[in-house]
Parts: sequence; C-alpha cells; structure tokens
Amino acid sequence: MSLEHFISEAISPWMKKEGPDSDIVLSSRIRLARNLEKYNFPDLASKEESEAVIQTLAGACKEKSCGNFGEFEILHLDQLKSLAKRVLVEKHLISPHLAEQSKFGAVMLNHDESVSIMVNEEDHLRIQCLFSGFQLNEALTLAAELDDWIEQKVDYAFDEERGYLTSCPTNVGTGLRASVMMHLPALVLTKQISRIIPAINQLGLVVRGIYGEGTEAQGNVFQISNQITLGKSEEDIVEDLRGVVLQLIQQERTARKTLQDGLKIQLEDRIFRSYGVLANSRIIQSKEAAQCLSDVRLGIDLGIVEGISRSILNELMILTQPGFLQQYANEMLNPDERDIRRATLIRERIKLEEA
Amino acid sequence: MFCQECHERPATLHFTKIVNGKKTEFHICEHCAKEKGEFLPGSNTFSIHQLLSGLLYGDPSISGTASSGLSQQSVLACPQCGMTYNQFAKSGRFGCSHCYEVFDSKLDPILKRVHGGNTRHAGKIPKRIGSGLQEKRELEKLKQAMQQYILNEEFEKAAETRDQIRLLEKQKHREKGE
Ligand SMILES: [Zn+2]
Ligand SMILES: [Zn+2]
Repeated sequence: MSLEHFISEAISPWMKKEGPDSDIVLSSRIRLARNLEKYNFPDLASKEESEAVIQTLAGACKEKSCGNFGEFEILHLDQLKSLAKRVLVEKHLISPHLAEQSKFGAVMLNHDESVSIMVNEEDHLRIQCLFSGFQLNEALTLAAELDDWIEQKVDYAFDEERGYLTSCPTNVGTGLRASVMMHLPALVLTKQISRIIPAINQLGLVVRGIYGEGTEAQGNVFQISNQITLGKSEEDIVEDLRGVVLQLIQQERTARKTLQDGLKIQLEDRIFRSYGVLANSRIIQSKEAAQCLSDVRLGIDLGIVEGISRSILNELMILTQPGFLQQYANEMLNPDERDIRRATLIRERIKLEEA
Repeated sequence: MFCQECHERPATLHFTKIVNGKKTEFHICEHCAKEKGEFLPGSNTFSIHQLLSGLLYGDPSISGTASSGLSQQSVLACPQCGMTYNQFAKSGRFGCSHCYEVFDSKLDPILKRVHGGNTRHAGKIPKRIGSGLQEKRELEKLKQAMQQYILNEEFEKAAETRDQIRLLEKQKHREKGE
C-alpha cells in the first residue's frame, strides 16, 4: 500500500457500500479529539515533542492486534506534495488545517479509508470513523473501540471534572463531533430549508453547506453536527443528532413526494436539462456541476433517471475538485483549464454509465 | 433565522456577549464571520475559535474577575507550557492539559457559554487511567442519596444505601489488596 492507493481513487472503498437511508444520507462520521498527557498541545509543542507523539502512536498502531481495523498506513504530511495533500482533503481523509497549518502532522489510514487518525492536528489525535449512509451508532461503536484500544497503550489527558482535555474549549468533555452529510434537494427546491435550519440551530446543532468554498450548500449537500461536547454522554449526543436527522429524512421524503405529485413535468424537465448539461457541456464551473449533479442524483432516487449508479454525486463532486482534476490531468491547471477538464471528465463518466 | 450581517444566508453561528451587564445576541453566517476576519484560514473546523477569542477578550465579565486586576491576570500562567491567561484569551486555545487546572477558576463561565450551560463531563471515562473513577462517582452518588434520605427522615432507605456503600467500599479494598 502506498500514497497512490489513497489518492488515485475518488471514492473510498467504504463509500461504495451503500448504507441505510442512502437516498438522503450520504455519510455518517464520528470524530474523537484526544491528547496525550505528557506533551504540550500541537500548537505549542516543540519539534521533538511532536515527533515523540507520532512515534508513540505509530508504535501503538503497528502492533498486529489492531482489532477490527486492519493495518494502518502512516503518512507524514511534510513528506507529501501539496497536490497529494489537497486530494486527501478533498476525500475528507484529512482536514485543511492538518494539510496547511500543522507543523509536524501525520495521518494514519486503514485500507478501506473508513478510519483516519490525524496526528498533531489541533489535538494530538483526531480519531475519525466514516460510514456510508445513516450509521451513526455503528460509527460511534467503532470509534469507541479504537479509542479503547489506543488508550491501553498511551496516557490520555483526562480530568474527572472536565473530561477529555482538548486544545480548544469547544471540544472538551467527550471530544466528540458527530456529523451526518445529507442531500436535501427537495427541501431546497420547496424553500423549506431556510425555515428548518434555524430550528436545527436552536437544538444546539450546527448546519453547514459542504464542498463549497463558502457556506452555501453546493449541490444541496448539508452537514449536520453537534455543537455541545460537555455535560452530555456520547450516546446522548449521538441520539439527539439521530433524532433530528430522522425528522429531516421524513421531511425531505415528503417534499420529494409533493414535487412528484404536483410538479411532475417541471421536475422532470429540470432533471433532464441538468442531465443534458452534464452529458454535453464543454466548459463547466464547479458550482453549476454540483447543482446539475444534485438534480441528476434526485432523478436517480425518484426513478426518473435510470442506468446511472447512485454514487455518481459523491464520486463526481469529489473527482471534480481542483486537486483531483490536477491529479487526473497530471499537471497544474488554471481555473479556465479546470472548467474544461471538469466538463470532459463528467461527460466521460456519464457515457461510461450509459454504455 | 438569517444572518444579521448579510441578511441572505442562514445564521449558523450564535453567541451571546455580555458587555457591561448588557446582553447582546449575535447571529451570523460563517461566510460573514470569515469576511470579518474572525475565521481561521484554511480550517474547516468550526470557526468558533476566533469568535470565542473575541468573546473572551472583549468581555469584562470573563476576562476580568471581581477580585483580580489586570496586573494579576497577566501573571497567571501555566508552569507546564508557559501560556498566560491573556494569551489563552487571545487565541482561544490552551497550550497543554495543565492549563485547565491553572485557569480553572475562570473556566466555568466560558464552558457554560460554549456548552449550553454545562461545565462537568458526563461521558466516557478512559478504562485504564480512569479505573476507580467510575466507582468513585458511584460512591459519591450513593453518599449524597444517603444524606438526602436522612434529611427526609427516610431512615430505612438510608440504611439500605449505607449497606450499598459499605459493600462497594469493601470491594474496593479487596481489589486493592490483590
Ligand atoms: Zn452573513
Ligand atoms: Zn499549559
């Protein structure tokens, strides 16, 4: 296994397994922030301390008894080219912070890329478990298992009163961030989303658009996660998020039904036009590509578009990001060149499916 | 709820700031937070860090305590990593795990604000280094319950609880003896 293994394919193997409610929930993620007791947090740690942290963890994870997680490959960020880092960010395997700002960062990845352990990001460890579809509890179980396994070998910074001690006070306590990525095109089309997001915020959850540089949800993909990490148990945090996601799934399904019942021809027109754009354009910007991909994916979910696999949205939204386009082209590209490459790549991908 | 800066995007960052005892609520979107320079460049983690540091710094109810003046504050520093309270207030991040103890007297209001009023951990306890902690928590809970029963003159229940406590303590001693 090598770096190429992690940057050549847009879709991580875990993503190919279709999870529950995957017509609406694209993925579920659990992240645990942990620190070792002995060393300063990464912001202040010396080079020696940071290297010691990497050594300690790499040592702990090299042992064969890695439980259900398989072997880990460790990548040192300072040994990676910027393009490779960018691709790892686009695949959500590392954070932009680790790629750009950490001084002595590393990441440990397992074979199917469902587990990523960032080392010396904002905290010494960021254990991340990813599952396709709506599988928050499964992700929590796996993350907890991995956490227990690491804890047998290292001393975590833990305080009876404050819980797991983290670099930022927003993560202290459980250190848990649970998040779910949802495709909500019908709630956006029916303009219900602007009333729903504030309601979710009031429940102590955060809603963010993803993939875009700004905050608008490109391709109608939203990430919903917990804000509070202290004073609640891990199970309660996840359960609260789960409850909200379940309601959102319901509401999105109802909105899809409303569109199908009342505006069938308009909906079909929109979906097939987007299909036409993806299948025929020669220049396409990422925002338009994301919107068209969202429409086509909705068409697939509703049985309006046939013969294209559901994973096309996840796959092409990652594949058409700048890092991947350049990796694919094997050269640096300016934005105009990227728009041309993006169009070509999408056309080829859609044709592949038609064949 | 829409962002109070651009009135276009939904507000995703919400916080309350108390200035001179007057409570003001802010609701802004991440885009505007970024534009105002309060966003951590390149980070997709929640941009609350910078907002938080704004809070800590600009807020007399947090950055100054009733008893200590500025001079004393700047002296408050972590012996482990060297971080001063002022540095912490500026960056919104701790330098090491000992900072939590050093700045403990000032943390409750900050944590309350970020974590919906909570200041105490109620989640997982690490198995190895936290062994004994779970029992300790259990014992504390039982002792409190016993006190309450005594106050309520429910002596039968108090006695039951006392027996439970004795049993637990016995187990604890036995484990230690091994
Ligand atoms: Zn705004
Ligand atoms: Zn410190």
